[in-house]
Amino acid sequence: MSDFTADNGPAKAAGKSSLFTQTARTKRRNAAETRFKVYGIGAIALGLFFLVALLFSIITNGIPAFKQTFVTIPVELTEAKLDKNGNRDPADLAKVTTFGYKPLVTNALVAALKEQGIEIPFAKEKDVEDILSSSVAAQVRDTVLANPDLIGQTVDFRLLASSRVDGYFKGRVTRDSLARDKNLDAEHLDVADAMVKAGLMKTSFNPAFIFGSDASESRPEQAGIGVSMVGSFFMMMVVLVLSLPIGVAASIYLEEFAPQNKWTDLIEVNISNLAAVPSIVFGILGLAVFIQFAHLPMSAPLVGGLVLTLMTLPTIIISTRASLKAVPPSIRDAALGVGASKMQSVFHHVLPLAMPGILTGTIIGLAQALGETAPLLLIGMVGFIASNMPDGIAAGFLSPNSAMPAQIYEWAKRADPAYYERAWGGIIILLLFLMTMNIIAVILRRRFERRW
Amino acid sequence: MSFVKLTASAIAIAAVSATAASARDQVQVAGSSTVLPYASIVAEAFGENFDFPTPVVESGGSSAGLKRFCEGVGENTIDVANASRKIKDKEIAACAEAGVTDIIEVRIGYDGIVFASQLNGPAFTAFEPADIFNALAEKVLKDGEIVANPYTQWSEFNADLPAADIMAFIPGTKHGTREVFEEKVLLAGCEATGAMEAMVASGMSEDDAEDACMAVRTDGKSVDIDGDYTETLASIDANPNGIGVFGLAFYENNTDKLKTATMSGVEATTASIASGDYPVSRPLYFYVKKAHIGVIPGLKEYAEFFISDDMAGPDGPLAEYGLVSDPELAATQAAVAAEDTMQ
Repeated sequence: MSDFTADNGPAKAAGKSSLFTQTARTKRRNAAETRFKVYGIGAIALGLFFLVALLFSIITNGIPAFKQTFVTIPVELTEAKLDKNGNRDPADLAKVTTFGYKPLVTNALVAALKEQGIEIPFAKEKDVEDILSSSVAAQVRDTVLANPDLIGQTVDFRLLASSRVDGYFKGRVTRDSLARDKNLDAEHLDVADAMVKAGLMKTSFNPAFIFGSDASESRPEQAGIGVSMVGSFFMMMVVLVLSLPIGVAASIYLEEFAPQNKWTDLIEVNISNLAAVPSIVFGILGLAVFIQFAHLPMSAPLVGGLVLTLMTLPTIIISTRASLKAVPPSIRDAALGVGASKMQSVFHHVLPLAMPGILTGTIIGLAQALGETAPLLLIGMVGFIASNMPDGIAAGFLSPNSAMPAQIYEWAKRADPAYYERAWGGIIILLLFLMTMNIIAVILRRRFERRW
Repeated sequence: MSFVKLTASAIAIAAVSATAASARDQVQVAGSSTVLPYASIVAEAFGENFDFPTPVVESGGSSAGLKRFCEGVGENTIDVANASRKIKDKEIAACAEAGVTDIIEVRIGYDGIVFASQLNGPAFTAFEPADIFNALAEKVLKDGEIVANPYTQWSEFNADLPAADIMAFIPGTKHGTREVFEEKVLLAGCEATGAMEAMVASGMSEDDAEDACMAVRTDGKSVDIDGDYTETLASIDANPNGIGVFGLAFYENNTDKLKTATMSGVEATTASIASGDYPVSRPLYFYVKKAHIGVIPGLKEYAEFFISDDMAGPDGPLAEYGLVSDPELAATQAAVAAEDTMQ
């Protein structure tokens, strides 16, 4: 003991540790800690870098999709061409197809150019029509069919320019790249430049991209994500209405009422496993059960919603059970103590306290389902589905439709580079939806969650 | 609260079972991704000009489409299968087994297959089928003997080609394009190089020799692309030495990134394909279930509209997109109008 007190001075003898000098061992440990911190910061920095790079590329690639080049010209709706009988009978009017309207629009463009004194550098004046989208004839026809009184008048139309001309104003298409392109010539761009100067052509915000429907390969300028957004909405309705009550009921039973035996153990293990099953498996299941066995319609949001419900259920059950578990047993005991039945204690006390957690889990599950493409591939919701906006709730569930992520996937694989830009634009809209849902989940958790 | 939701879900389930019997009113199409652009253009114009809803067109490949087509007759099966090759006897038999017996075959026109590479990559400007065979076949003829493909660079078997590493992206086996590639390029090259003759001389039967000719090397120099042409394009973008197999229409939409090579000295254009000078072309088809005509509204109208002069004629929108118009279109129109089925 006397030795101990004698040695107990600062840095007396080698081999004794001190808090003021670092031994080699301490140095090694401290260095390891510093290294670990650097790794951690490095990992976060790398993650942030990728996030910023991703957001940057999404925004720079996608923003142009929200703008579109339009041509405004007066079109003479010649009665001799559109209504030979002159009786404005809708059946007769409908017989004139878009192929009948095309020359009218082309002539109107040529006339407008001549009036502005813009030279048409083509041997055949008709060739200048490639500036316009091939959708214009359908646009004029729809307007005339909706309002037959316009026949015989000259009406100003705001028409879409073709995707190549549009790409020129967005910097995607250059005169050099057109040299090998058979869809458009560099001379068309000269005309387009002159039209901009004359005020006939303008690039402006395009609401049709957000509200419109899909278009075919030859007219990307017309395509919009609106109808598939509605498809996604109806699918989410199905998912919400089915998976929330089923999931919550299942978890309440498992958590509060079920006896502990090997059957419930088996069910619990299987629910956890289901949450990890690849989503395409649910697609195959949906095809076999809902379409081939139950004879539900193909490509319908109803079927898509049912498939996604199967996929979302495990997520909701797991999160609901976790939030039920988090309610302290004293609450249940107190309720039972004053004479409530088991069911009353659950529905009057436990469930309301667990609700914020349940809703958060549900919203996260819905967000997951909203971004899912793979199961939709097998039930016919990925493809060219250019339906109009559904006219009613039943049609919304049953008429063929796509979903936002499926529409983006479809656009990304089409030949025309203009579709690539639209795919990025679609991603921006999809991300906005996902972010909104996640923010709602965060707010719910922050405001209502209680800690014990 | 939970009870309210439970009731709601019960109503939803009831609605589900009630709609099970409701009729489908739009035409449902699936199949070849080469035919998909044409079918989508037709479907869009069909929806605009007729009172029927716009048909739904899915892709997935000719084989996948025909497989779904042959699943049976009824509203929960597709009405039309697009294919970039003729339907096989095996598939007709599979169809018949599932009750799909009356099939109307419709040829819509022709499409060329081009070999394209990066615009600024090595100068792949002229190919012979023999070059492609030497580069990609599993077994080739070298110094009079059949050996496992030893070549790693194009210049090793043809001094006119650049000294670039062999790297090719070809359509996977579920695509109809693959079959045309095998028959019109690999097999032709096999015969041209004399490999076919040597194989038969070594005691192989004619059929075995053909199969051996069409076998593609598996050492990573040739990559099967199971997705669409955009996937091939992305692979070429990432690989300056890569050669990709594309449909003519896809190439014409991406001339800012790709250049094509001539085949046997002929450039691929709609004119050279129509005249038959360009060797690698194939007819495109769609197949219609006759049993669905009259049940699915608009099906016959869709088929007739597809091959009408307005759409598939030499000046129609399909030709504009890259389809080579069929000179015998009038005969096809008559056959569809009469609902002639395959024998």
